[in-house]
Amino acid sequence: MLQRTPLFDIHRAAGAKMVDFGGWEMPLHYGSQIEEHLAVRSSCGMFDVSHMRVVDVPGAGALDWLRILLANDVARLVPGKALYSCMLREDGGVLDDLIVYRRDSAAGPAAPEYRLVVNAATAQADLAWMGRVLAEGGFDAAVHARSDLALIAVQGPAARERVARAAPQLAGVLAELRPFCAATAGLWFVARTGYTGEDGCEIALPAAQAPALWQALRAVDVAPCGLGARDTLRLEAGMNLYGADMDTAVSPFESGLAWTVDLQAPRAFIGRTALERQRQEPALRQLLGLKLQGRGVLRSHQAVQTTHGNGQITSGTFGPTVGGSIALARLPAQVAPGDAVSVELRGGHAPAIVCRPPFVRNGKVLA
Amino acid sequence: MGLPAELRYTQSHEWVRTEPAGTVQVGITDFAQDALGDLVYIDLPAPGKSFAAGQVIAVVESVKAASDIYAPVAGTVVAVNDALKDAPETLNRDAFGAWLFRLQPQNLADTQGLLDATAYQAQLDAQK
Repeated sequence: MLQRTPLFDIHRAAGAKMVDFGGWEMPLHYGSQIEEHLAVRSSCGMFDVSHMRVVDVPGAGALDWLRILLANDVARLVPGKALYSCMLREDGGVLDDLIVYRRDSAAGPAAPEYRLVVNAATAQADLAWMGRVLAEGGFDAAVHARSDLALIAVQGPAARERVARAAPQLAGVLAELRPFCAATAGLWFVARTGYTGEDGCEIALPAAQAPALWQALRAVDVAPCGLGARDTLRLEAGMNLYGADMDTAVSPFESGLAWTVDLQAPRAFIGRTALERQRQEPALRQLLGLKLQGRGVLRSHQAVQTTHGNGQITSGTFGPTVGGSIALARLPAQVAPGDAVSVELRGGHAPAIVCRPPFVRNGKVLA
Repeated sequence: MGLPAELRYTQSHEWVRTEPAGTVQVGITDFAQDALGDLVYIDLPAPGKSFAAGQVIAVVESVKAASDIYAPVAGTVVAVNDALKDAPETLNRDAFGAWLFRLQPQNLADTQGLLDATAYQAQLDAQK
């Protein structure tokens, strides 16, 4: 029995093609995923991401606990700021990627509280893991899974303006909200973050209020967008997908995520020892981008032949803004952007060029 | 959408429209385009080339997957719909109108061996 978000009935009434995503019945598209993708880049679109899980972490020991739990250093966060991090196993393998927001309690900045958003497919495993780490360390903190909240992401250059029109009570907060920051407005939580490479925001709100917000956004011409567009947008933006681009079998270093690992402070965190050992390895694989030269579509698991050995595509698609096929691939250490490689796709081999993601920035295709 | 009654169908979701001159148009059904999602590339056969029934004659590729198209009957390609190459989304929008290629069948009677609308609908219903 698949799980459903508070917006399920609205998606079906809108004619969405529904699919099973990590045990949730979610909209793949509402007619054309390519049109939805293009709408986000040119204007804006909205995504029901209520299958992802908000996890609140209050408690005096929250900061200490999160600094052990996560590879990025939450101590860097000032009130209202967000951080992208991996959560690792002892062997350095990635359990999940997530965003952490710092929001202070009524007691002020001396009592920081944190909000995490984790992936849908891994939420249950993440919560079990977090609970164990919390208990084993005896931290003065709690983990509250907020399945009472819905999540709507509105993304695109016109996103914030449309949200302000659809939800005037957010207008003040939105006008002040800087990139990668978050704020609270009553029971609602607005973050200027996203998974598309465009400006926009992600709104967490009580589940019962989500349908009204969705309809209010429809009324100001925000296009509903499904998981199909979500995937082509994030890949064009060079953003990883957990389960495809990384999983427990690989470390952040092999997944293009070294920038999310903070080794500067002498901070013990789960997986640190394994990462420091791995950093010394000369043959460490790397995640880079590929652009297919010509017709066809790159897909995950396709073999990549380079002059330095073979690699494999972790995720691939057709990028509607790029106008061709793009991919992320795990490749041998010596491969460099600009290298010509060969991909084994259906019917034979096809040439591709290695590049550093993203493929699109600020709506523009990068050379 | 109902299935056009004048067309013939294959189990692999191609449709066939017989033209007055005895040639046939071939396309993919609405079921097929819906299953594939947004199409991005269409590879059409070379005019003049001959195919056996059931032989791979074209390929359509969507964001989601690539799919072989099979010659519904033995025949020779007399025309291809080049306009589709630059506008593959036409296939999604109008599956029964957007022909991929036209064939001169070896035996026009071969089309009678294909499924009629009722039989193809029954196949679709059984698949659900």
